[in-house]
Amino acid sequence: MKKRTLFEKVWDEHIVCPETEQTPAVLYIDLHLIHEVTSPQAFTQLSELRLGVRRPERVIATMDHSTPTDAPAPGGRRVVRDSQAAAQLRQLQINCDKHKILLHDLDHPQQGIIHVIAPEIGYTQPGMTIVCGDSHTSTHGAFGALAFGIGTSEVAHVLATQCLLQRRPKTFAIHVNGRLPRGVTSKDLILSIIAKIGVGGATGHVIEYRGSTIDALSMEERMTVCNMSIEAGARAGMIAPDETTFAYLADRPASVDRQKASERWHDLRSDEGAAYDRELTFDASDLEPMITFGTNPEMAIPIRAPIPKPNDNVSVQKALQYMGLSSGRSLLGQAIDVVFIGSCTNGRLLDLRHAASVVKGRKVAPGVRMFVVPGSQTVKKQAEAEGLDHVFRQAGAEWREPGCSMCIAMNGDHLEPGAYCVSTSNRNFEGRQGAGGRTFLASPLTAAASAIRGTITDVRELMGAP
Amino acid sequence: MRAIHILQERCVVLPLNNVDTDQIIPARFLKGTVRDGLGAKLFADWRYDPEGKPRPDFILNQPAARDARVLIAGDNFGCGSSREHAPWALLDFGFQAVVSTSFADIFRGNSLKNGLLPIVVDSETHHQFSSNSGCEVTINLETCTIIRPDGAAISFPIDAFARHCLMNGVDELTHLLGQEEAIATYERRLP
Ligand code: SF4
Repeated sequence: MKKRTLFEKVWDEHIVCPETEQTPAVLYIDLHLIHEVTSPQAFTQLSELRLGVRRPERVIATMDHSTPTDAPAPGGRRVVRDSQAAAQLRQLQINCDKHKILLHDLDHPQQGIIHVIAPEIGYTQPGMTIVCGDSHTSTHGAFGALAFGIGTSEVAHVLATQCLLQRRPKTFAIHVNGRLPRGVTSKDLILSIIAKIGVGGATGHVIEYRGSTIDALSMEERMTVCNMSIEAGARAGMIAPDETTFAYLADRPASVDRQKASERWHDLRSDEGAAYDRELTFDASDLEPMITFGTNPEMAIPIRAPIPKPNDNVSVQKALQYMGLSSGRSLLGQAIDVVFIGSCTNGRLLDLRHAASVVKGRKVAPGVRMFVVPGSQTVKKQAEAEGLDHVFRQAGAEWREPGCSMCIAMNGDHLEPGAYCVSTSNRNFEGRQGAGGRTFLASPLTAAASAIRGTITDVRELMGAP
Repeated sequence: MRAIHILQERCVVLPLNNVDTDQIIPARFLKGTVRDGLGAKLFADWRYDPEGKPRPDFILNQPAARDARVLIAGDNFGCGSSREHAPWALLDFGFQAVVSTSFADIFRGNSLKNGLLPIVVDSETHHQFSSNSGCEVTINLETCTIIRPDGAAISFPIDAFARHCLMNGVDELTHLLGQEEAIATYERRLP
């Protein structure tokens, strides 16, 4: 029998009609995630065509992008002041009611960022095809699912038919070996991979992350890696499910019949000798904490390294100008205004624990505003049970309600023009965190250390002896 | 969707690589529930200063850009967010095609579904266009060729199915709905 990669196994199992030269494959979608920003026009299209939602039980909705993160009055509900955002949220509610779609609305005990809640509730499972009108759907690949972002037209296609027309992407194995050094996290790993292959480096490909470093990562760390696959242009990122995955799934509320499922799940790994279209080997043992200096995620450097010279690269010149930085020196000591801990990249419990471990017993530097935004209500509750909210509050940080918040700055949380922010999110594009705002992407450890000093800081300087 | 066979329009050059969809249409303009009207916000932070006044040095604010319908863009155009608002904004502004050496996957798919042509050309062809801002570009979907400023007809790759949809003005959903029997058969096999 032909040796197949993990991707091929999942792909093959979901083919409704095979691909031909003339037509793409019809691919069945197991799980469709939706949120308020990219779904309204799709529902409008459905009503115009008088179509229903084919499998509402396979659709999960949440409110996350334009939702405020201010705490409600005690016993009260969360209030949306922005009238446009309120209208968009109301529309999602109407669409979900009409089509009987399960919605995690603002007051739902499991509300949160779509890519945080679907795995933690247990909707995300190995071997599934998962789509969402959102590029960071790649996050769910950490479970050995084929998960990718789609546009709003495709959201309508999936609502109406539970299928998508797709050409088979190419495969790209990234082998990562070695132990991550102290102070270096999976965020630093994925930033260095993107710095190496570039923001368009994996276009047209599905990445499979493999190797001893990946095996040793927790599910949360794996999600951080897969989450940013799209920042290298990849269609999706995947990691074969293993005991770590099964253990994570074991106590999820929405878990399936484990016995039956796990037989199938155990076969979800690339066959020995299966061929990939591309391969790359990466050594993790000499990595350093990473930070971005420019305006896309490939413009990232080890935190002690000098900012590279742009030479004739117009994009880097423009990026340095936007960032107000000059090449030749490192970013250490660069003054900052804001620190943002959160997003679907680093807004999970482990990330908050990392940040809290640095902040504990210290104070956020005067003049710096530190936002801590849990990725979901569940994360928030778990963190509060561990007392992390106290650690942050004591340090002078803000402990907020779950949502995308300053990752995308649609909800009122945003940077002022020119402000510098160390952010645990995934995009340092111009204006991403607010028009004119300037973003340094980093891990929760680096972000927390920088909040304490008020300048970009190598977290290893604040860590005790190993 | 209207059928497209041949496009003959003037171009304007935006010579930057890795232009992401957050630049094409910033997130704060995504709070609407309809597709229309996004053209006014296309490249908003590059087109307007913080007071909302047009920046005279930005290419789309220059008179030469006024009736350009083809955007000559740098490598990896449309990377980042999956927002379909990006092609909606480009179309609403008046663009009908974008020519580049490469496109991000989701942006390319979104564009094709809305009748915005993402045309991939080699770097020599790209160079000819980018050093001739304002020149006329002819894109022929029947022959899958683009006419260069030096007169040469260069073939471009385009998915056969996408081409069929564009030339006949049909959308993918119609095709998918036609697969009902196969989908129902597949669903009966599901665990
Ligand atoms: S946290 Fe940021 S990247 Fe993640 S879904 Fe929200 S806006 Fe998108």
